[in-house]
Amino acid sequence: MMERKDLYSITALFDTPDEIVNAVESVQREGYTKYDVNTPYPVHGLDIKMKLNPSKLGYFALVFGLTGTITALFFMWWSMSKDYPLVIGGKPFFALPAFIPVTFELTVLLASIGTVLTMLFFYFRLPNLSHPLHDTDYMRSVSNDKFGISIEAGDSLFEKDRVNKLFERLGAKTIGEIYFDEEEKSKKPKIFEPKFIIFLLLTALIISGASYFTLNKMLYMAPFNWMVTQEKDTPQSHSKFFADGFGMRNPVPGTVARGAMPYIFKGQPDLAGEKLVNPFNPDEKTLAIGKKKFNIYCSPCHGNFAKGDARLNGQFPNPPSLHSDKVRNWSDGRIFAVITEGQNIMPSYAQQLTADERWAVILYVRALQRAVNAREDDLK
Amino acid sequence: MSETKFTLDYQRREIPSKARNAGLVFTALGLLIVVISYIVNPERTAFNSIIGSSFLLSIGLLSLFLIALEYLAGAVWSVVFRRITEFLSTVIFVVPILAIPFLLNINSVFHWTHTDTVAKDAILSHKSPYLNTTFFFARLTFMFLIWWLFYFIFTRNSKKQDSTFDQALTKRNARFGAVFMPLFAVTITIAAIDWLMSLEPHWFSTIFGVYYFSGSLLAALAATTFAAVRMADLDLFGIKIKSDHYYSLGALMFAFTNFWAYIAFSQFMLIWYANLPEETFWFMNRWEGSWKYITLGLIVFRFIVPYILILSQPSKKDPKRLKLAAIWILFTHYYDLYWLVMPNYSKSGIAFSWYELGYPLLCIGILLLVFTMRAKGNNLLPVGDPKLKRSIDFHL
Ligand code: HEC
Repeated sequence: MMERKDLYSITALFDTPDEIVNAVESVQREGYTKYDVNTPYPVHGLDIKMKLNPSKLGYFALVFGLTGTITALFFMWWSMSKDYPLVIGGKPFFALPAFIPVTFELTVLLASIGTVLTMLFFYFRLPNLSHPLHDTDYMRSVSNDKFGISIEAGDSLFEKDRVNKLFERLGAKTIGEIYFDEEEKSKKPKIFEPKFIIFLLLTALIISGASYFTLNKMLYMAPFNWMVTQEKDTPQSHSKFFADGFGMRNPVPGTVARGAMPYIFKGQPDLAGEKLVNPFNPDEKTLAIGKKKFNIYCSPCHGNFAKGDARLNGQFPNPPSLHSDKVRNWSDGRIFAVITEGQNIMPSYAQQLTADERWAVILYVRALQRAVNAREDDLK
Repeated sequence: MSETKFTLDYQRREIPSKARNAGLVFTALGLLIVVISYIVNPERTAFNSIIGSSFLLSIGLLSLFLIALEYLAGAVWSVVFRRITEFLSTVIFVVPILAIPFLLNINSVFHWTHTDTVAKDAILSHKSPYLNTTFFFARLTFMFLIWWLFYFIFTRNSKKQDSTFDQALTKRNARFGAVFMPLFAVTITIAAIDWLMSLEPHWFSTIFGVYYFSGSLLAALAATTFAAVRMADLDLFGIKIKSDHYYSLGALMFAFTNFWAYIAFSQFMLIWYANLPEETFWFMNRWEGSWKYITLGLIVFRFIVPYILILSQPSKKDPKRLKLAAIWILFTHYYDLYWLVMPNYSKSGIAFSWYELGYPLLCIGILLLVFTMRAKGNNLLPVGDPKLKRSIDFHL
C-alpha cells in the first residue's frame, strides 16, 4: 500500500513558560488563527494572550442543571401528589421542603454529567478518538517538560517557510512537522467496530446478570437472607412463645379498637331501629360517600337505583326493591341493622363498611327513595 | 535561589476626611435616636440593641476570623486586603458599649433570668445550669477577653512587620491562628446561643451556632469587599487591584450565600419534618401575622437576590456589581438578625418604626469612624508581609 501523507501542522518546542508566552504573542501578531499551545501545566495568562473566547461550557451546565431541577420537581409533583398521592408523615402531598434535597441532588447530577458529556462530544469531538498530535514525539515532550506550539496547515496564512522562519526567529529548540496518519484517518471510529460492540454487549450482559443474581438470588441465600427469615411469628404460623401455640393474638377482653363502636343490638333489629339515630345530615359530602359505597357494595344485588333489579343475571336471588312502603317507613336505625347483620340470605356488610359509611349509604338510599316517590312539594 | 527582599515603593495615602465626617454624622444621629428611644421605651431599645450589637460583632469577630484564616491557610491573594480586615475587626471593642441597653435589661429580654418562672418550668430548670445570670456574664467576659487578646496579638505582629520585615512574625501569627480557631468556634457558638437563641430558651436547635456563623461571615466578607472596592476607587492602595482579587472576593461571597441558605434550610427542614412542638414553635412564631412576609422576604432577599447578582463570572469581576452586592448583603444580614430577634418583642406582627432606625445608623457610623481612625497613621497595605509581592501579582 502506498503511503500518502498530508501535513497537519508545524510544531515548535520551547523550554520556559516565558518563551511560550512570547511565541504566542508573535504568532498572534503574524495573524495566525489556527494554532494551539500545549504545556505540561496551566500557564497563567495564556488564554488572554491567545485571545480565546471565554468558555461556553457554563451555559451548558446551566441548562442541564435547570433540566434537573424541573425534572425532579415535576416528577415528584406528578408521582406524589397527582398520580398516586400518599400521605407520608402527615405532610401535604406536595411537600416542597422534603423535595428540595432531591431537587438539589438531581440538579447537581444532571449539571455535572451533562457538562462532562458536552465536553466529550463538543470539545473532544467524540466519536473521534484520535488526533494527529497524539502519539508523536511532540506530544511526549509537552506532556513532560517542554512548552509547545503547533500552527496548523489549514490556516489561511500558512506557508511552510514562513512558519519555519518565525519559529527559528523565536529561538525554538526543536521544530517538527506533524502528518495526518492516513491509515488512522480512513479508519472508522473505533466504537463502530464489531469487536467494540461485542465488548459493550458482553459488559452489559455481565452487569445485568450480576445485578439480577445479587438482587433476586443472592439476597435470599444463607448469610444474606436476614430480612427474609426473621425470628418472629407471622400470620397463621405456630408460636413457640405463647402457651396456646397461636401466632395471632386476640385483643385484650373489654378493649375497643380506636374509632370502632361496638354493636350492641345483635339479633334485635327492631330495637336497633328504635334506639339508633343517624348522626349525619344529607349534605353533599355525605351523599357523595354514600353514593360511592352504595354503587360498590349494594348495587350488584339491589341495582343502581335500589329497584331490586340485580345486575347478577340470576346468579343470586333478586332482592326486594328498597322503594317498598316497608323500607320507606323503616327508621334509619332499622336499615343500619340490616347492613350490619345482614338479613336472611343478604350477608353482613359490617366488615366492608365502617359505621359512618353505613349511615352515609342509608342517606343515599333515602335520596333514591325520594327520587322515586317524590312528595307533592318537591315539584314546586 | 537567593532570597531577595522585596521592598515595595509604598507611599502612604490617607483616606479622605469625608468618610470620617460621614461616620461622625451617622454616629451622632444614631446615638441621638437610641438615647431618646431608650428613654421612651427601654424594652424595645434593648431588643434593638441585641440586633445592633450582634451585627457589629458579626463584622468584627469574623474579620478576626478572616485574619486568622489567612495566616493559617497561607493564603496569598488576600494579603493586600488584610489591613481592611484588621481595621474592621477593631469594632469588637465597641460591641459591649452597644450592648449596654440589653445588658442592663436582661430581665425584660431573657425570660430565663426570672428564677421563679424557671423553677416552675421543667425544660427551663433543666437548662438552668447553663442559662443563669452569673454564668451568662462570666461567659460574656471570657469571650470578649479572648477576642481582644487575639486581636492584639494578630494586629501587633502585623504592624511590627511593616518596619522590621521579619518573616518569623508571619509564622508566629499562623501559630496563634491555630490556637485561635477552636476558641473561636466555641466562643461564637456561645455568643449565638446566649444573645440570640436564648431569647426563646425553650427552643432546641443544634445548628444555630453555625447559622449565626454563616450569616456573619457573609457580613464580614461584604464589609471587606465594600471597603476594598471603595479604596481602590479612590486609589488609596497605590497598587492596582486586579480582577482576580475581585473575583476571589466575589466567589467567597457567592459561596457563603449558598452556605447560609444551606444551613438555614437544613435547620428549617429537619424541624419541619420531625414536627416536634418544642422545636416547631420557633418557626410558627415567625409565621404568625405579618411576620410571615418577613420570613418569606428573608428567602428572597438573603438568598435569591444575591445569588442572581453575583452568579456569573463577569459579575464577580465587576467592582461596581460587587459593591452593590456587598451593600445588599450587609443590609440582609441586619434583616436576618431583625427576623431572629424582633418576633420576641412583638409576637403578633411586624414592629417597625423610628425606634428601629437608631441602631442601623449607629452601626454604619461606628464602622466608618473606627475604620478611618484605625487607618490614620497606618499603612493601608501590610508592606512588610513576605507574601505581599505575590499577592499583588496574584493570578487565578
Ligand atoms: C349479595 C347481594 C346483596 C347485596 C350486595 C346487598 N343486599 Fe340487601 N338484600 C339482599 C337480599 C337477597 C335481600 C332480601 C333478604 C330477605 O329475603 O329478607 C336484601 C335485603 C335488604 C334490605 C331489606 C329489604 C326488605 O324489604 O326486607 C335492605 C334494607 C337492604 N337489603 C339493604 C342493602 C344495602 C344498604 C346494601 C349495601 C350495603 C345491600 N343491601 C347489599 C341482597 C343483597
